[in-house]
Amino acid sequence: MLAHIGRRLAGLLLVLFLVAALVFFLTRLAPGDPAALMLGDQATPEDVARLREAYGLDKPLLLQFVLWLKECATGNLGQSIFLQQPVTQALLQRAEPTFFLAMFSLAIAAAIGIPAGIASAVWRGRPIDQAVSGLAMLAANIPSFWLGLIFIQLFAVRFGWFPVAGYGAPDASFFERLQHLFLPSAVLGVVNSALITRFTRASMLDVLDADFVRTARAKGISELRVVLRHAFGNALVPIITVLGLTLALLIGGAIVTETVFGLPGVGNLVVSAVLRRDYPVIQGALLAVAAIYALINLAIDVIYTLVDPRVRQ
Amino acid sequence: MSSVVTSAPTLLFLRRLFRRKLVLLAAVILVIAFALALLAPWLSPFDPASMRMARRLRPPGEVNWFGTDELGRDVFSRVIWGARASLGIGLAVVVISISIGAALGLVAGYFKRADAVIMRLVDALMSLPDILLAIFLVAVLGASAGNVVLALAIVYTPRVVRVIRASTLVVRELPFVEAARALGVSIWRILFVHVLLNVASPLLVQATFIFAYAVLAEAGLSFLGAGVPPETPTWGTMIASGQQYAEDAFWVVGFPGVAIVLVALSLQIVGDGLRDMLDPKLRKAL
Repeated sequence: MLAHIGRRLAGLLLVLFLVAALVFFLTRLAPGDPAALMLGDQATPEDVARLREAYGLDKPLLLQFVLWLKECATGNLGQSIFLQQPVTQALLQRAEPTFFLAMFSLAIAAAIGIPAGIASAVWRGRPIDQAVSGLAMLAANIPSFWLGLIFIQLFAVRFGWFPVAGYGAPDASFFERLQHLFLPSAVLGVVNSALITRFTRASMLDVLDADFVRTARAKGISELRVVLRHAFGNALVPIITVLGLTLALLIGGAIVTETVFGLPGVGNLVVSAVLRRDYPVIQGALLAVAAIYALINLAIDVIYTLVDPRVRQ
Repeated sequence: MSSVVTSAPTLLFLRRLFRRKLVLLAAVILVIAFALALLAPWLSPFDPASMRMARRLRPPGEVNWFGTDELGRDVFSRVIWGARASLGIGLAVVVISISIGAALGLVAGYFKRADAVIMRLVDALMSLPDILLAIFLVAVLGASAGNVVLALAIVYTPRVVRVIRASTLVVRELPFVEAARALGVSIWRILFVHVLLNVASPLLVQATFIFAYAVLAEAGLSFLGAGVPPETPTWGTMIASGQQYAEDAFWVVGFPGVAIVLVALSLQIVGDGLRDMLDPKLRKAL
């Protein structure tokens, strides 16, 4: 088990190294000298040269990469060009809304997807199954930003149930934060419920025909208990996997959703960094997200082996 | 229908595919969307770029079927010109990612040494959320329709590589490949003729899914301002520029959004239909 995790960690580090290399060298290919960009149009060539030296941009590319990597390894992702603060600090400051957004969306997606998937498997081929499949497919193909606009118009502007955008004042209470997070979480949750629905349905169908389910029914156990305890309990492993997968997808989805709802999260930071060509922020954010992504995948793997003893061999 | 016609393999294929009404409906929607996109210069009632401030934000009506936007431009004309851009970008992404992805997947599935290198690169590219990688690539390359295509092709190629590599690993062990090898057929011919033809069905299924993802992703990128420049009408740029007016004139963002959903949904349904039909395991179950 430990050896397995060790191997996975080594693979993870290799992938992160490749991502770092990719991000670093592609950024350097981009048009525009970052130093010139920082100083604006009025800068003299001498100013630019001085700044290039200060940021180490005059050193050979490979050396710059090694130095950057060394800094990253210690948690220092560099200095933002526009924000006057270290990238690590900028990311941490904006982690809270993104974290809650991802968690609430996952909860909403699971609350929609798991019961819908179970119902659709139990009543396979019936109208409810067809309705669930159709709705799941529809949900998966609605652009999240467009659904966001609809939700804002309907629930914030028309009915006034929720704030239109933002995250509230800096000293806002947790309840106020929840109000701000509800609509974006609902959008992300609905859009990402489709995958959970499909997986739940498929893994329930796999076990509903199994011998032990027939035995349970033959023993006279109530149908509800058979479905929820015997069948669902055994269908849980793939469902846990898909929850992890969905969490990873939500990180990507959060980028767009945060922009629609003006949530000051990591996604918002990345988008504004891209529009301003704030390369240190883009690099740092990409590396951080790749690391989180990889850790989620590792966690899924570990939970998998813990939940299902059969996988361990 | 005469037996001569039905015996043609393509027709048989299409008849089986369209046996399900939903798949047929989705295909019809796609054909209409592509026809509108192709014929946009002749079909659009107005110039999509011509602004008439006197007629701004008109609701849908007799003259402007889908209403007008914040600059008095005809939304219907822009939706079908947007189809041209959005579907064109989607198609280009599919063609590039399928051809490069298939080639890399075949090589990775056949040669052990290349496999290690290619798959590490694939792992690295897939360790970032699609949209984040795409935003980053567009930022590096510069925002233009061509670069959106390039960025999305890079994002979706690894998926194709994984699928084709997995299929190649199976196909390469089949007797007919061994027979071809024994007959002295060159490795490249084996790969790009014999093996490729046998992994064509997963490739076709992937193509429809990637098309759907690419249409959605283009819209997302353009919406974020990290995609096609706003002056080009695509479904994404239309929603982006119309969002401020959504409260009083929802048609400006409503129609392009419906267009995206209809096309992406139809592509998914056709893709699902193809997969169900081409996968022999599933075919029996149907």
